This record gives sequence, C-alpha cells and structure tokens, in this order.
Amino acid sequence: MASAIASLAVPDPSHPPVIAARSITKRFGDFEAVRGIDFDVARGECFGFLGPNGAGKSSLMRMVSSVSPVTSGELHIFGMDPATNGPAIRARMGVVPQTDNLDQELTVEENLVIYGRYFDLARSQCRDRARELLDFVKLADRAGSRVEPLSGGMKRRLTIARSLMNRPELLLLDEPTTGLDPQARHVLWERLYQLKEQGVTLVLTTHYMDEAEQLCDRLVVMDHGLIVAGGTPRGLIDEHATREVLELRLAASDRSGVAQHIGDLAVRVEDLPDRVLVYTPDGDEALARLRAAGVHPLGSLVRRSSLEDVFLRLTGRTLTD
Amino acid sequence: MNALVRVMPALPGTLRRSSRMVERSVMVYRRTWMIIVSGFFEPLFYLLSIRIGFGALIGEVTVDGSLIDYAEFVAPALMASAAMNGAVYDSTMNIFYKLKHAKLYETVLATPLSPTEVAAGEILWALTRGLLYSIAFLICIVALGMASSGWILLAVPACVLIGFAFAAMGMAVTTYMRGWSDFEFIPAATLPMFLFSATFYPISSYGGWAWAVQISPLYHGAALVRAAALGDASWGIVGHVTYLVVMAGVGLAIAGRRLGTLLRA
Repeated sequence: MASAIASLAVPDPSHPPVIAARSITKRFGDFEAVRGIDFDVARGECFGFLGPNGAGKSSLMRMVSSVSPVTSGELHIFGMDPATNGPAIRARMGVVPQTDNLDQELTVEENLVIYGRYFDLARSQCRDRARELLDFVKLADRAGSRVEPLSGGMKRRLTIARSLMNRPELLLLDEPTTGLDPQARHVLWERLYQLKEQGVTLVLTTHYMDEAEQLCDRLVVMDHGLIVAGGTPRGLIDEHATREVLELRLAASDRSGVAQHIGDLAVRVEDLPDRVLVYTPDGDEALARLRAAGVHPLGSLVRRSSLEDVFLRLTGRTLTD
Repeated sequence: MNALVRVMPALPGTLRRSSRMVERSVMVYRRTWMIIVSGFFEPLFYLLSIRIGFGALIGEVTVDGSLIDYAEFVAPALMASAAMNGAVYDSTMNIFYKLKHAKLYETVLATPLSPTEVAAGEILWALTRGLLYSIAFLICIVALGMASSGWILLAVPACVLIGFAFAAMGMAVTTYMRGWSDFEFIPAATLPMFLFSATFYPISSYGGWAWAVQISPLYHGAALVRAAALGDASWGIVGHVTYLVVMAGVGLAIAGRRLGTLLRA
C-alpha cells in the first residue's frame, strides 16, 4: 500500500494552516445553519467537529469541501479562496460524504477508476491506484462486484478508498462511522490513523465521543451553528468536566440529600430520571462519604469522565431534532 | 466579447473535464451494449411501416410544386423525430435518476468538475448516442430505397444538432422536476410536436396556422433533415439552424446554472 499514499505531504509546522476560517456563516433562506465561526486546521493534524444533529457540522463541511459557497466571512483552503479557486482546491482534497454516494451503475473497481479520471489521472495510473487502494481497505476480492450487494461497512471503506484516489493532502470525513458495527468502525479508525501517520490532514465530524477521543488531536464542539468550546480531547475534559463521574442508582427517598452528604467533593450533581451523576475529582471517596452518611445506592459506578460528559454539558440533554 | 475572451483559454480543460462524463457512460454501457443495439430496431420498424403501408397507399405527393414519393417525404421527419425522442429520453428520465436518486452529480462536484461541465458532458453523451442512432436510421433509409440524393448524408449532423437542442432543453426542464409524476408532462409536449411539425404533411396544409407550426423546434429539425434528404438548399436552412443553435445554447445555460443552484446550495 505504501506507494499509494506514501507521497502525501508530511506535517510541517512552518506551513500556513491548511484551512483558515474567519467568522464564516451559511444561511439557507431565513435559517442560519452556521452563525459565524473561526478556526484553523494545521497541516498533518486530525481536527474534529462534534455536535448534535442540526448543529451545522454538515453545512460547514460542505463549505470546506468547496462545493457550497460561504454566505459571509472568509474561508481559505491551502491559502486559496474556494469562490475563485474551487477546482484547484478540490483537486488536492478528498471528500467522504455523510451518506455513501457510490456509483451504483459501476463495479467496485470502476468506481475508483472513473473517480480518478475526474481528477484527470491517466487511465493506467487510475487502475494501479485502484488496486492499491482496494488492498488498503480490504476490498481487493470484491473488485469486480457491483456496489449494491456490499455491506454498509464495505461501502464506507470503498467511499474512503475513492476519496484517496487523487492522493489528497486534506481528507474531509462527514460522520465516517455512523451506522457501522463495532468491527467495521475499528477497521476504519485503523485506516484513518494510518493516513494521518502518512501526513494527511484529517477533518472529521462525528457525534461519537470515543471516535473523537481516539482520532482527534484537536476538536471543537458545535451547537446551533456556533463553536461552544474547543481544544484537545483531554483539555476539554479537564476544562468542562471533572476527573471522575460517580453514577448512582438510588431509592427515591435517598435522591435529595446526595450533594449535601458528599459536600465539597461533589462539583456538580445531575439528577436524571434513571440515575444521579456526581461529577467529582474522586469518585471512590465520594461514594464512601455517601455510605458513611447512611445512603446505600442500589447500584454505583465510578468512571473516568469522557468527552461525552463534556458534550452533554455543553449542548444539553434535550433532543435537538 | 469580454466574457468570451475569458472563457477561451479555459476551454480545452473544460472540454476534457466534460468528456469524463461521456467516459463514465461508456463504462456503464460497455456492459449493457444490447440497450444501444436495440435502438437500431426502432428506425427499422418505423420505416418499414411507412414503406409497406403509407407508401403504397398514398404514392406521390406534391410539395412546393414538385412531386415526390410520400415515403421520401415522411422518412426525414421520422429521423428528426427519433433524434428528438432519444435526446429527450436521455436528458430527462436518465438525468433525473442520476440527479435525485443516484446522487451522481453530488459525487462528481466534489472533484474539479463544475456544474456546467457536468451538464455539457451529459449532453455530449446524449449526442454521441444520438449520432449512433442517426447513422443507423440513415442506413435503414438507404437500404429501403427511400433516399434519392447523396446530400442525405448531411441528415446525420442535422440530427446531432436536433439532439443537442432537445437534450440541452430537456436537461434544463428536468432540473425543475419535483418528482416522477412531473414527467407525465413530457409526452404532452413531444407528442403534439411529433404530429404537428409538418411531419406527415407539408406546412402548406396548415393554412393560416402555419406560424404556430413554426414555433415547434421539431418543425425546424424536420425541415432541416428533409432539406438534406431531398438535396434542397435554401436560405430557410439558416433559419432552422439558428433556431436550434439558440435553443441548445439557452438550454445549456439554464441547465448549468440550475444544476449549480441545486447542488451547490
């Protein structure tokens, strides 16, 4: 596989950002999907956009992929303006859209070959790269198959292989693993990690916290078209959550006194219909204090806090669509 | 003029990128070539029916003062109609499927191709197919002895022009379609054109309504093919060609722009 993607750019901190966005907005009629956001993506990093459905992630991705124009603000990709240099930008970029839009009338291999042709690659080069990439995504044995009978995970892998045909310096992935089973997700993560190792800049949207923690160097949380927080996964957890979370199942009569019993160790207590969450620097100690006060939970769990806690803290628990 | 100068240097790249859409279609039809071959039977059946039926029944007719075989009068109009029907089918149903269901253009627009290049490429494919059918049609006309002039060879480029005009306009119309039911309107436009474009009888038969017939683009297409078939050069040809070229240009401009708004929102 090495040769198909080995030539991709190597991270270089002295380079200008691959993507630079300054107060960009996207409006559809009266609805403002993206309401003025700023961010930079450096060469070679994996940058994530987290947010609930309807947060504006996909609109943002479509602008970055130079398909949808910004309503206002400034966007530069590879230092170029998509409004005037769209084709030149797209030539150096790979796009994995949210829903697979593979060419149903062509075979697996033909899908890759014709995609390479859209980028003006020579026919023989297209065939070589197609074969290498089918190996890379473990679909070599399905080269002559139609697209339709492939499983969801296979289609996703094929879409990723397709996005690599032009050896992109920047790969945009819109919810790359939504709807996949755990095995398929792990294979994809592995592949994405390999690409990053080879120097490809990755930008992805997701609402899976484990995915963001696994893959992203930096990420921002979006809500209602705005960036509400940003940083490294660990940094966000430190900033917006506590070190640990104590999850309790309690009898109704015990619920009210929790914060009082735990005292200063309870940074925040969240009373949910099915359980009580205690955000705390020390879960075991908090639980001990509770027991000492005579409260015996029906069930308890001490866990490290995750990006999910940050996410829910920042975007709330209400369904957004 | 200014716009033209700006476009000119980019033209070879545009043409090359457009041709990728043709390449894709060739890839698709390589496996289903029988569909293309089946298209050769349509003209054969059409012409046989005329030859056997009408030709024997009607014999010769007087057109513009000269006497010609009725089959020779109708065959060019059928050839023009076939070019229209092929182009309309390719640019409406096929395009709609790729636009709304297969999301093909969404995929392609993530690459360096532009909406106008995609539109031009799809129309180029419709023309390539139309060219093949026109050649088949011509072979049938000659084989059935329904041609009297060598100029009939010009009927092929004439049909390509007809195809271009109808494919461009068909694609433009398709970008406004909301669902499959809207396609019911297409025969409502093409059938009257087929029947009333001086296809089966000369324009003089329409009397005071001749001006209405001349609105029909198929009238100009049929007249063009007929002029070629009969080796009948006149200034009217310039008018017919201009009508079809303008229609093609307007259709292409609308289709490119509309694809842009639909897919680049």
